[in-house]
Amino acid sequence: MAQTATRLNGSGLTLAYERRTIAEHLDVTVPDRSFTVIVGPNACGKSTLLRALSRTLKPSAGTVLLDGQDIHTVPARKVARTLGLLPQSSVAPDGITVSDLVARGRYPHQGLLRQWSKEDERTVTESMAATGIGELADRYVDELSGGQRQRVWIAMALAQQTPLLLLDEPTTYLDIAHQIDVLDLCAELHAEQGRTLVAVLHDLNQAARYATHLIAMRAGQVIAAGAPGDIVTAELVEEVFGVPCRVIDDPETGTPLVVPSAPRRSGARAEPAAAGR
Amino acid sequence: MSVTKSPQAAGGSTAPPSLGIRPPGRRAALRAAGLLGALLLLVVVLALSLALGARPLSLGQVWHGLFDSGDVVVHRMRLPRTALGLVVGAALGLAGGVMQALTRNPLADPGLLGINAGASAAVVSAISFLGLSSFIGYVWFAFLGAAVVSVLIYAVGGGRGATPARLALAGAAVNAMLYSYVSAVELLDTASLDKMRFWTVGSLAAAQPGTAQRLAPFVVVGALLALALARPLNALALGDDAARALGARPARVRAAAIVAVTALCGAATAACGPIVFVGLMVPHLVRSLTGPDLRWQLPYCALLAPALLLGSDVLGRILARPSELQVGIVTAVVGGPFFLYFVRRNRAVRA
Repeated sequence: MAQTATRLNGSGLTLAYERRTIAEHLDVTVPDRSFTVIVGPNACGKSTLLRALSRTLKPSAGTVLLDGQDIHTVPARKVARTLGLLPQSSVAPDGITVSDLVARGRYPHQGLLRQWSKEDERTVTESMAATGIGELADRYVDELSGGQRQRVWIAMALAQQTPLLLLDEPTTYLDIAHQIDVLDLCAELHAEQGRTLVAVLHDLNQAARYATHLIAMRAGQVIAAGAPGDIVTAELVEEVFGVPCRVIDDPETGTPLVVPSAPRRSGARAEPAAAGR
Repeated sequence: MSVTKSPQAAGGSTAPPSLGIRPPGRRAALRAAGLLGALLLLVVVLALSLALGARPLSLGQVWHGLFDSGDVVVHRMRLPRTALGLVVGAALGLAGGVMQALTRNPLADPGLLGINAGASAAVVSAISFLGLSSFIGYVWFAFLGAAVVSVLIYAVGGGRGATPARLALAGAAVNAMLYSYVSAVELLDTASLDKMRFWTVGSLAAAQPGTAQRLAPFVVVGALLALALARPLNALALGDDAARALGARPARVRAAAIVAVTALCGAATAACGPIVFVGLMVPHLVRSLTGPDLRWQLPYCALLAPALLLGSDVLGRILARPSELQVGIVTAVVGGPFFLYFVRRNRAVRA
């Protein structure tokens, strides 16, 4: 495989929770300045992989390298200045305002004697402007709609000012309009600010449309990785998701568009690899 | 104090004028003004506590008494008691604030983790079985009990993998167990019962010259640690994953927070017995003034909790004159309804 420039990659990863092993011998590379999207069926280990890449989960074997250094040997604060994470479940403290929540993203840039600075102030304002929530600054987070709230969390991650940003299912629980809204925002952060983004997404067509680099996973293994136009084929979708389909050009963007076959044969979902062999 | 350092007021160059929002700088100024108000309130309560009692003094008499070491009422009675209330109140308020943040439970108070109960059990055992009666002895046994329970809760609650829910559950179980033990010892040993009864209700009346000074080092260390933890606890409030992503280390922060709470609660419990209500109520009241930012919340707690505690103590001296009511009873009886009103009002505002 051609050597691509990367600041974040994992090699030989074994990922496990207590006794349950999610993935073994996993190799993954996040190309620099890419918008990488990880897709795969439920429980394939994509969120677990993201947790390992963000140092939230320590792999039982293998290493995650951030700028060539084992991420678990780099001081936590230094990692947090380089790599941000939007976790799947975060808690907004009761009665916190939007600007106060966004301000918590400044944590790795602060210290005991430097609790708040002009630069913090400016970055928070900019992050809220970039995510279009400037008008909400004084509102309580628990009063907001799901879509607005997700923007607030993204703004918090932006305030962390990291060149790499990992997002775990940022569109889950949002309606289609807000999904597009969040993905457009991600694309903008990627294209205009030159950040490297890694997101876990459920919708294959959205992934193919927005990603510059796609990683398809099944059962803890990377099945394919590359530009969506190069790797998304009917065979791959069937292999990864067990869904027979046709892949056509998206009439809007020309990216691959997955159209599931109809009528769906009963039992096909249960035996993914058997069909068509 | 670095912890209360206010954000710089946003100058015209940084705040975009198009957004019709209150600049964060002004909110910080408001919070700082509130903190000053809390300080003034505390000073007023301190003065009242020195002046009022079985023999009321005028403020002028108090002022003279402070500088006249021969003044028995001020130097041997009011001053030790007031100083103790100040130290213990600050300890309880800070401990409550840290506990509520640590367990992400707005109902948490220093009693919830069983730390007060541990201190109580150790002191009661010492009084009953070892015949201990000196205050310094209480302090060390209280710390011992508090520390043993803290370590126990931390281990049972999952050690490095401790979650707020597991900590709270482990604490509640240990708490119930230890209080049964304390009650049992009290019932079995009628001779020591009286001494213990006042102690387990919570009272400032036992204060002697020097009591507060002996506690002060523990409380100061605990308070500094608590204030230093305000920012990491802020990060932890977002959930463990988010906190890690921000570069905080949840396991370490939790362990340090438990150490701070142990020092604060151990000291307070040793001196006055378990006064539980202050640590629950004050952080609640404060939260509605400052919002959930612990960098503001904790300094407010440290000022308002002693104001409440001493205010209740003064009230207890006036209401039952010439006898007096224990401060632990007054805080609960007077504070309870006020607290209920406050919780209701607060919900109405937010809904």
